[in-house]
Amino acid sequence: MSVVYLDNYAATPLHPKVKEAMHWIVEEVFGNPSSDHRFGQAAAEALDTARKQTANLLSADPEEIVFTSGGTESVNHAIKGVAFSQRDKGRHIITTNIEHKSVLNCLRTLRLVDYQITSLDVDEYGLLDPAAVEKAITDQTVLITIQMANNEIGTIQPIADIAKIARQKKVVLHTDAVAAAGIIPIDVKALDVDLLSLAANQFNGPNGVGALYVKRGTPLWPLLEGGVQENRKRAGTENVVGIVGLGMAAEMAWLESHDRLAKFQSLRRKLIDGLNARIPHLKFNGHPTQVLPHLVSVSVEFIEGEGLMLLLDEEGICVATRSACASGSLRASHVLIGTGMDFALAQGTLLITFGRDNTEAEVDRLLAVMPKVVQTLRDMSPIYQKSVAG
Amino acid sequence: MYSPTVLDHFKNPRNVGEIADADGVGEVGNPVCGDMINVYLKVKDDVIEDIKFKTFGCGAAIAVSSMLTELAKGKTLDEALKITNKDVAAALEGLPKNKLHCSNLGADALHAAIKNYRDRLARKAVAGDAEKVPHIPEKVDGCYCPYCDMENKGQAEFCVSCGADLPHEH
Repeated sequence: MSVVYLDNYAATPLHPKVKEAMHWIVEEVFGNPSSDHRFGQAAAEALDTARKQTANLLSADPEEIVFTSGGTESVNHAIKGVAFSQRDKGRHIITTNIEHKSVLNCLRTLRLVDYQITSLDVDEYGLLDPAAVEKAITDQTVLITIQMANNEIGTIQPIADIAKIARQKKVVLHTDAVAAAGIIPIDVKALDVDLLSLAANQFNGPNGVGALYVKRGTPLWPLLEGGVQENRKRAGTENVVGIVGLGMAAEMAWLESHDRLAKFQSLRRKLIDGLNARIPHLKFNGHPTQVLPHLVSVSVEFIEGEGLMLLLDEEGICVATRSACASGSLRASHVLIGTGMDFALAQGTLLITFGRDNTEAEVDRLLAVMPKVVQTLRDMSPIYQKSVAG
Repeated sequence: MYSPTVLDHFKNPRNVGEIADADGVGEVGNPVCGDMINVYLKVKDDVIEDIKFKTFGCGAAIAVSSMLTELAKGKTLDEALKITNKDVAAALEGLPKNKLHCSNLGADALHAAIKNYRDRLARKAVAGDAEKVPHIPEKVDGCYCPYCDMENKGQAEFCVSCGADLPHEH
């Protein structure tokens, strides 16, 4: 039985060209890019190429790209780096209730050292009103950090509108684009953001490598301190193999962007229509139109998501769940609760994310298996029995 | 993350279902706090002749329910009252540390069902009424972070020592 992989938000299979580039660098180049001899320079050249490829994906300049160990480090660097750099200007930061944990936990840490955090509400689709951002800005505000697209429900925020406000009020804007970069087209110049975080494992690059876009002139203290690597913004010998993988993944995401978008949209439509036709009592989450094309978040009433995920895995289909029980923290998803969903329904939420390698036949497999698996769990559920009895 | 025994009981749960003319019914937890287990008993000569369950909850909660019914079946009511949540977890060859408090409530549901049966015998309850008990996790001495074992205040959202998110009840 072939296995169907539909958890591309967690990690994506490497693109064949990415594998090729990483094989080459592993075989041929071991030098430290900071060394001025030929071994070092070979590695430095590989970094240069990757920097151009990554910049091109965002319409940025290569010198505005800082390589990191992934989305989490990029976010930590952006938030803590601006906060520390602007420490004498003010201690107020604006965000939303549905950011990724890397954002929320950074802000939690800053609260411990007397930063004030305004965490804005979103609507039932997870959408933020830019007017709320404008209202929240004070003369103490040093940073606005708002995700480009939500990683659990896919809702895409009006970043360009928020950027206009930030620019006018002279506040630095960071957008966590980890869920969006490499999936939807991004032009940092048109958006006019100051900082943007991305991770390679979202678009067929390796795990554990990412980048932070830093617009020229943005105040930013280093997160990792030491040497002068990455234009003095990120110390430490570079992960050359990973960065080469990121660069090639960025290039392929850019080249294949049109085909991938078309494929994601058709798979997503097929899955949503198919599930709706086969299983009653489902709720699809996220904004109806302003939403990531490769992500489906569905809450299945009367059951809990971890069981559903485990039974699907048994059938050879790998998806993710947002249930508290599987999250490690045992708390309900703050994103789903943030959109006003009740805890019990949030518990039954599955997250299905497509990648470039997924096929219509794989969606058919999920559509064939899921009704049976959902019914097995509903038949076991005391609240389903009560609901059916009316 | 789960032991083979937990996975076996989750994937092939024993004694799923309801007993329409149950002699005792116990209901623990509610879906809002994460897990809910209903236990149905058929009792003859003070012995649990049949037992079934229905559960809303994660893989661990379903495995706990299934194992509980196996442990309780054929036991006298007094013997069954001696089964603890700890016994169920041990029979499952352990549960992940962070599931011990939230999902391990099978014995509570069994005890509630036995109380319901005895109340009916004493005419303190009528058939059809379940003995409902809220899910109160087993008391531990103080509140300790399940990740770094450092002591924390009761309602802390995150551990003061390592910063880990703490479950609602800890």
